[in-house]
Amino acid sequence: MTGTQENILSIRDLKVDFSTPDGTVNAVKGIGFDIKAGETLAVVGESGSGKSQTMMGIMGLLAKNGTVTGSAKYRGKELVGLPKSELNKVRGAKITMIFQEPMTSLDPLYTIGRQIAEPILYHRGGSRAQARARVLELLELVGIPDPARRIDSYPHELSGGQRQRVMIAMALANEPDVLIADEPTTALDVTIQAQILKLLRSLQERFGMAIVLITHDLGIVRHFAERVVVMRRGEVVEQGTTEQIFESPTSSYTRMLIDAEPHGRKAPPADDAPIILEGRGVVVDFDIGKGFLSKGPRTFRAVNGVTVKLQEGQTIGVVGESGSGKSTLGRALLRLLPSDGAYRFGKQDISRHDRRQMRSLRKEMQLVFQDPYGSLSPRQTVGEVITEGLLVHEPGLSKGDRDRRAIAALQEVGLDPAARNRYPHEFSGGQRQRIAIARAMILKPRVVILDEPTSALDRSVQGQVIDLLRKLQADHNLSYVFISHDLSVVKAISDYVIVMKNGEIVEQGETDAIFEAPKADYTKALIGAAFSV
Amino acid sequence: MLAFVLRRLASAVPTLFIVVTISFFLMRFAPGGPFNLERPLPPATMENIMRTYQLDQPLWRQYVTYISNAVQGDFGPSYIYKDNTVAELIGKGLPYSMELGFFALLLALVGGVTLGTIAALRQNSVLDFSIMSLATVGTTIPNFVVGPVLTLIFAIVFSLLPAGGWGDGSFRYLLLPMIALALPQLAVFARLTRGSMIEALHADHIRTARAYGLPPRIVVITHAMRGALLPVVSYLAPCAAALMTGSAVVETIFTIPGIGRYFVLGALNRDYTLVMGTVVLIAIFVIVFNLVVDLIYGLLDPRVRHD
Repeated sequence: MTGTQENILSIRDLKVDFSTPDGTVNAVKGIGFDIKAGETLAVVGESGSGKSQTMMGIMGLLAKNGTVTGSAKYRGKELVGLPKSELNKVRGAKITMIFQEPMTSLDPLYTIGRQIAEPILYHRGGSRAQARARVLELLELVGIPDPARRIDSYPHELSGGQRQRVMIAMALANEPDVLIADEPTTALDVTIQAQILKLLRSLQERFGMAIVLITHDLGIVRHFAERVVVMRRGEVVEQGTTEQIFESPTSSYTRMLIDAEPHGRKAPPADDAPIILEGRGVVVDFDIGKGFLSKGPRTFRAVNGVTVKLQEGQTIGVVGESGSGKSTLGRALLRLLPSDGAYRFGKQDISRHDRRQMRSLRKEMQLVFQDPYGSLSPRQTVGEVITEGLLVHEPGLSKGDRDRRAIAALQEVGLDPAARNRYPHEFSGGQRQRIAIARAMILKPRVVILDEPTSALDRSVQGQVIDLLRKLQADHNLSYVFISHDLSVVKAISDYVIVMKNGEIVEQGETDAIFEAPKADYTKALIGAAFSV
Repeated sequence: MLAFVLRRLASAVPTLFIVVTISFFLMRFAPGGPFNLERPLPPATMENIMRTYQLDQPLWRQYVTYISNAVQGDFGPSYIYKDNTVAELIGKGLPYSMELGFFALLLALVGGVTLGTIAALRQNSVLDFSIMSLATVGTTIPNFVVGPVLTLIFAIVFSLLPAGGWGDGSFRYLLLPMIALALPQLAVFARLTRGSMIEALHADHIRTARAYGLPPRIVVITHAMRGALLPVVSYLAPCAAALMTGSAVVETIFTIPGIGRYFVLGALNRDYTLVMGTVVLIAIFVIVFNLVVDLIYGLLDPRVRHD
């Protein structure tokens, strides 16, 4: 839908500052752009670019130490500096927001019906019965099945996608002029992402509100937005129509963002490369619910009879949405949790190995986690973090030997060896993930299980980490199991792809076969959602 | 929910049994006995007494006898208050302790939650610092200091309130001991509330409520406070049990005929049955209040509803 020329929200010289113990941080440095009635404007940038804080500032939602100055006019009415009681007449009625975290954006203690009704009652008045009728209508509109029953559900009884639909219902309740969607699909599975975006688009066509889409995902921008504002370090780098931005970006930063999507492919291993790790008929059950005087333990089958054969030098991508059992499978292959099945490492049968027997093999089989913030101890220096494994697996090394190994490992992952004397919090997300990779590489493993290693990273950094992983693999003939929900990343690094759903393999095959000619409907849906939002 | 309550009550039986067993043997292994006075009794008299109270029997037999009597509600005679059974002593004193404890709990809860909420809303302001300093003072000054100071000010200097005793049971008599008893708990409630309230105010769903223009009253009371009260409610159970089973110090200072002193006097004098009776009473209070609190929790938080 093309917007009219009327500017509904005009931002001029907007600044957002945060006062911190280390001095003032200028998160947004005097930016300006317009939002036209009925259009879809994407505000794009990587984390820390100030894209969210711009909107939070306008909406009076900054953290306590934040201040906003400059101007943001809604239909000529200045919002910056407006008293809260006056601002409350605009937000929730004329300008509404949905957030990145559908799991926590709703109050867990009240029914969704009540929460959607609150802004209706507050802004429009009327009786509770009228509000309830309106809520039912809205739930129907956003595609919640069986609204009459769901209206009295609590947020925890709904899935992430449904909660985001509830947020959208809340945002539409008072027929706003502007809907600000702050990374509305980032926390959702790919197939759900596509549904939510389709829903937003159809609602926009019907009600004609402007949508401001704050996102880091250029795939979404390309298919969804009419105009784009690119932000970096608190400033607007470039703005224009979507076509202009993607076809002929003027700033090198924009070009870099566009090119940052993972490219290239990995060279396949030799056909006769020996199998290094094998799990046949892997079954993992989790106990759920137990307790004094209650019925026996109930179990949940997270992985149900999956077989994986990993060759030397091969990368197997394991793809699936949250809850598909892909991470559990990775841990089971490393024998990190109780599971059934037959396991081999090289020529050894490790099905019956206990913890002590496995310990001698741990050096050969390493694991890298998704969250580079949580998986590094904040109280150890980087040097201590990465050499800790050597203390266990190569206790004979002297302190000097360990230090030399640390230097080599850091250089190998492209970090300055001086980093080993600093602490993890001094590094960015991408650097931390390199540190986590160095911690695995220092032991010279043969198999590395990578569990969503790039999911917490910005696109431009993802590409670099993928390049690094491919280089390390080529240099050391490593074998990877690469677990991810991000198909474009999996495509760039895998030889073979396994698609999982509900603990079972839906489809598997060579990467090209899976991406060019998927057979299962579920695979088609996943690929469709990922590459053509 | 009925099933939940019944299951919990059933699981209380083994709990009580373990509590009784452990305290029975702990008491018996403490040196001395109920009739070891400063001037020893003549051996014949001692033997007589021991036989009367069946203390000459082997320990296991005494234990079995105690358990089987206790199951029938007979907690035996007190050894130091010789004319009374344990049940009589507790029955007489408990209403006083419970009334005092109930009002102290009410004061601590209402006062603590109010002050904690104010402190959280004005985080890092002068008001916040003053409230939190007061709370620290409240927890650090023991009530054997607070009690006499209160008496000195309100009863002796200004003669506004009685210095002690239960009198006709009117509120005037309750006020000072209630404050002395409530103060430390009030401080705990204030701290707990402030902490969880600050956390609750930073929750994502509070941001949602603000983004939708809801007035501060609804944001704070409806959305932040209900969640913030959950940890406070959890603390309610041990606190209520502690306050309502009497405080030896406060009841002694204000000469209140409650049961608080029995536990201390009983333990010092090796009055086995009296200590055991008090222990069982406290255990029952803790179990019951925990159950009540879990039910309240279920009402407040749909995620842990017991149905």
